[in-house]
Amino acid sequence: MERGTALRQTVLLLVLFVGFALVPVLSTSKYHMLLAGHILLWGLFAVAFNMLWGVTGMLSFGQALYYGLGAYSVGLMAKHVGAGWFLPGLVFGLLGAVVLSVAVGLLIIRVSGVFFTVLTLAFGQLAWQITFRWYNFTGGDDGIQGIIPPGILGNGVVYYYFVLVVVGLSIWLLQRIARSPMGVLLRCVRQNPSRVPFLGQSVRFSQLRIYVISSFFSALAGALMAGIDNFIHTDMLYWTTSGEVILMSVLGGIGQFFGPFVGAGVLIVLQDVVGAETQYWPLMIGIVMMVMVLLLPKGLVGEFQSLRARLKSGGAPR
Amino acid sequence: MDVSFIAMQLLSGLTMATLLFLVASGLTLIFGVGNVFNFAHGSFYMLGAYLAYQTVSAWHINFWAATLMAAVGAGILGMMAEFLFLRRIYGRSEEGGFQILLTYSFILVIDDLVKMIWGTEYKSLLRPAGFHGSITMGGLTMPTYNLAIIGIGVLVAVLAWLILTRTRPGRVSRATALDREMLGAMGVNVPRTMTVVFGIATALGGFAGALAAPLRSVTPGAGIEVIIDSLIVVVIGGMGHFWGAWLGALLLGEVNSFAVALVPEWASVVSYVAMVLCLIFKPEGLFAPRQVRKA
Repeated sequence: MERGTALRQTVLLLVLFVGFALVPVLSTSKYHMLLAGHILLWGLFAVAFNMLWGVTGMLSFGQALYYGLGAYSVGLMAKHVGAGWFLPGLVFGLLGAVVLSVAVGLLIIRVSGVFFTVLTLAFGQLAWQITFRWYNFTGGDDGIQGIIPPGILGNGVVYYYFVLVVVGLSIWLLQRIARSPMGVLLRCVRQNPSRVPFLGQSVRFSQLRIYVISSFFSALAGALMAGIDNFIHTDMLYWTTSGEVILMSVLGGIGQFFGPFVGAGVLIVLQDVVGAETQYWPLMIGIVMMVMVLLLPKGLVGEFQSLRARLKSGGAPR
Repeated sequence: MDVSFIAMQLLSGLTMATLLFLVASGLTLIFGVGNVFNFAHGSFYMLGAYLAYQTVSAWHINFWAATLMAAVGAGILGMMAEFLFLRRIYGRSEEGGFQILLTYSFILVIDDLVKMIWGTEYKSLLRPAGFHGSITMGGLTMPTYNLAIIGIGVLVAVLAWLILTRTRPGRVSRATALDREMLGAMGVNVPRTMTVVFGIATALGGFAGALAAPLRSVTPGAGIEVIIDSLIVVVIGGMGHFWGAWLGALLLGEVNSFAVALVPEWASVVSYVAMVLCLIFKPEGLFAPRQVRKA
């Protein structure tokens, strides 16, 4: 990757970080902070997802499995052990995500393309079924309420900054991975998998590695979300959650590192403004998805960039 | 566990297998012929169920005519979806992912449209006249409607096989699967073939939905459950293989039927376990020909 792009991305990351850091200072309502927290965590979830799809070409329809795993690890600890076990719950969730994603990953990377997508969906729905039916342990459809982070993290503003720092670090890390030789290899897996073995590299191992990394950060987003909402529900594991994170990525643009983050922001603000007014939110996002796939496949960020490139070159169509 | 219990479960598993086969055969048909993965196939199943409910309950039309109308309705909607939307992304790079996303958007739109038209409450449909009772054969009681479904399933399977192997349209569709460009060069209208095959596939889904409506209640959101079940069928049977879908459906139907009787709480988990086992030992599908396909 060129140095200019790398520099611009780092600057963008810093600008975003400072912008989100100012939210509690500038805003008087707690609601804006909640909204900003949601954008941060969904943004992390979407960026982690896009490492799988946009970068490596593995379309997973089951990342809700790990998102929910993180959330339920925190929630179940709080429910069965004690409210003080928030952070251990988070760590267990991350470890659990790594173990589970290695096990599931070994099974599902045996197939590719559509089959891979379908299997991720099936495993996600399996986890949802188990959580939904195991009422005594998980609370089933009632979810788990009253998850308050312990100590000083119980303060909303402190927790917000905690989330901001963790998300900032995670996205910086993911950006490093995307730019590293490993990131280049992952793009090669997407574009020309038969060539990877000639480089002395393994397609399967690369796929498994990024699957585990992506799942790790999905679980992190889910676990932190439990602290923002103070409430978790089986919907976090449902297939629509996986669908939503895909939509965010497509909306923002899967070809750009920050595309999914932008998509998350746009979709959450849209849901806040429009979703409250209509009971037909799925219809709305269905239409948005259709428009993006048919007319703007590069996503908002990608289409904006090609539009700018076209204007720069004197308006001549490329 | 006595013999009549086992026979009973085998028969009820056969009913489920037939319905699964009807849905999964549509899914596998369009994948095998057009290499299109229709993620919204379950939504056409659901549409079929609602169309049958509408024609029987509101317009008081004979149930069997209603199932045919449901199939035709789902087929026409399927052809429209292919003609208006799906056709536009054929040949795009990384088409597979975009196909899934586009058909995923169909699920969201169809689900909400169904809710707008028919509301969110459960609908139920009575069994057709003459098929309310059951018959007893050798100490075994079997509802006649289930027997009718099994008979219809066998009929459809044989008919579909004959059409695919013995007629010109069938040969054209199979040729589409092999070499689309060559077929076009030979003067076949390939895009039209794709639209028609897509319509037939969704019609099969709608037909299965209509047949299943008297056995299961009709609800919005049924589409996703059905798509996952039929996916398990095609994963077990090998995607794009007609008889594989049939055997996969048979296996899953029977496994499910016994699971419901023996471990009712966890029945839905058992089918996933079957799929995982299949993936570990034979990821290309239990009944796929030996050569490994890599999509």
